[in-house]
Amino acid sequence: MPLFREGSAAPVANDQPAPLPLADWLKDRVGPAVALANTDDVNELQPELASLTLITLHFPRFSDGRAYSQARLLRERLGYRGELRAAGDVLQDQLPFLLRCGFDSFESDQKGFGEALARARTLFSVVYQPTKDGRPTASQLRLFGRRVTLSAAE
Amino acid sequence: MPDTHFYRYDEYDRRLVGERVEQFRDQVRRRLAGELTEEQFKPLRLTNGLYLQLHAYMLRIAIPYGTLSSRQLRKLAEISRKYDRGYGHFTTRQNLQLHWIKLEQAPDAIAALAEVDMHSIQTSGNCVRNTTADHFAGAAVDEIEDPRVWCEIVRQWSTLHPEFSFLPRKFKIAITGSPNDRAAVRVHDIGLRLWRNDQGEVGFEVIVGGGLGRTPMIGKTLREFLPKDELLAYLEATLRVYNRYGRRDNLFKARIKILVHEIGAEKMCEEVEAEYESMKDSALRLAPETIEAIAGQFAPPPLQPGRTRVPEVEALKLEDRNFALWLKSNVAPHRVPGHAIVTASLKPAGAPPGDASAAQMEGVADIADAYSQSEIRVSHEQNLVLPHVAIEDLPAVYRALDRLGFAEANVGKITDIIACPGLDYCALANARSIPVAQRISRHFAALSRQHDIGDLKIKISGCINACGHHHVGHIGILGVDKNGIELYQISLGGDVDFGRTALGTILGPAVPAEKIVDAVDALVATYLEARSAGERFVDTYRRLGVQPFKDRVYAAV
Repeated sequence: MPLFREGSAAPVANDQPAPLPLADWLKDRVGPAVALANTDDVNELQPELASLTLITLHFPRFSDGRAYSQARLLRERLGYRGELRAAGDVLQDQLPFLLRCGFDSFESDQKGFGEALARARTLFSVVYQPTKDGRPTASQLRLFGRRVTLSAAE
Repeated sequence: MPDTHFYRYDEYDRRLVGERVEQFRDQVRRRLAGELTEEQFKPLRLTNGLYLQLHAYMLRIAIPYGTLSSRQLRKLAEISRKYDRGYGHFTTRQNLQLHWIKLEQAPDAIAALAEVDMHSIQTSGNCVRNTTADHFAGAAVDEIEDPRVWCEIVRQWSTLHPEFSFLPRKFKIAITGSPNDRAAVRVHDIGLRLWRNDQGEVGFEVIVGGGLGRTPMIGKTLREFLPKDELLAYLEATLRVYNRYGRRDNLFKARIKILVHEIGAEKMCEEVEAEYESMKDSALRLAPETIEAIAGQFAPPPLQPGRTRVPEVEALKLEDRNFALWLKSNVAPHRVPGHAIVTASLKPAGAPPGDASAAQMEGVADIADAYSQSEIRVSHEQNLVLPHVAIEDLPAVYRALDRLGFAEANVGKITDIIACPGLDYCALANARSIPVAQRISRHFAALSRQHDIGDLKIKISGCINACGHHHVGHIGILGVDKNGIELYQISLGGDVDFGRTALGTILGPAVPAEKIVDAVDALVATYLEARSAGERFVDTYRRLGVQPFKDRVYAAV
């Protein structure tokens, strides 16, 4: 399956070791790469999370959105900083959501996926929800705007 | 043109909606070019409100918190003329549906909506839908706080939510700010009720897991009192629990009500509270300035207190009996003395409930400009509302509505029927709804009789999905298909009033379409004979139970 990362419209080489399914990884809790099913509990990766370099989250169908919650829990609550890969039924129209939830690599054989990835961060210049992607929300920008106006008036 | 008294898009909202139009235009292009399969395209079009129905595509347009400016309503009329057949259908979820859209034109129709700061984002699909509110919000006498402020906050938070755009199933939120619930909050995935506690603080009661459809359930209170600024954190916690644990193996068991039912309200509460614990005090907490800025946009129009007894109104009441009846049923008290809330009935005798032609929409927009601060509301009972009318203008408003065919004095009465589009349009339906509503409406058309019968809510669904809310009708009618024959199952005693929310009880075997009027007639006759003073139909039913109604109906059909 072609692998994509931001910064390249063409597929990139997979430089990561093959991830172990969670059940196998849990046997001795070593190995830098784990593949989770979307029903797996991300907390099981603690306390070795910091030693992982790749976690793969799975979309059995693109319409099954459980992995988005797993991704945000890994990034925002558990502080995972390694590669977070979307696998399975991954389509370009999911990319704005995937990026906002903290995914940074994508397996997809959809035509035009790499070009779509290059545009995905700018497809929507406004976001309403705070996530770990660090983009200021419309609400934060408005608040900042008002405070600037207020301090200018003082 | 006067300024609006509800939320106005700023550059951020406008940019996002515009970018969404362009994204959809590209998706339609890819579909037409064969780059997307129908299976891949379906969820994309659905989250832009585009359905494929029996005859054509249907576009469902969101009317957030049921509030429209006259300018927006005129644009809806224009869109229905240009891209559809010159009429639209107002739904029970404060949406407008256009039933004859062409796929190639859908992006242009949506772009036209964006010109007046409207959209069809997330009016379908397995995501958070249009958040609905009390249609009397901001004008009701009994209101504690305007719920639309919070609907707008939820609208923004839920729009293109990165985590919750592929939920197990659709997700509907309703908010009320009044003790008299006009938003049916106990039958939504999440219902929010603003109330004031003993300390004088206003917060939300959070009700989760209500719903109609094939498994009707009354929602459970997960939180008695939630501080207002933590609303988004609590919603995000609830949605995360649902996204992770809601069932995806069976479409019919995927709503949050099934999750709450299966794990129990207590366990659900534990899960949500645990998630909320790690979310509160986060960036999701609403800054006071943010709340104030949005609330400020809903500041009420500057209405001057006026005369409540106006000689011209009193005179016309004596002269024109229909006007007198209209004042009783279609005019509600306003919080500013000398003003009233007028409901324009979209249920004239024999008409499809909730339909309005482009000319009628423009007519209502004109009346709103002249007499109601250029504002219109859409009610979940499929009527339009003029929220800020001076009492002295009531005769003029009555005459103007009458010219449009929208002055029927039947709001809350037996012909103010809620009905889904049914088999005339919908691919899911088993039976027709609109013709049944039309027949009942014609049969009971005489206004004096309707007013004698009093408050009686009939709700009709063409299938078990219950878009016509039949479970909560005083009389509920459900279309079923038995070996290719359309039959109708009748239930009694449903109610959405707060504190009395109840699901109807099935009367007995389903009756054929041609017998439905006789059956309703028998129900009404039973009530009229048995009622005691001041009792509504549903009160008499509660006192007597189902038996006398049942005996009379099955003797008649």
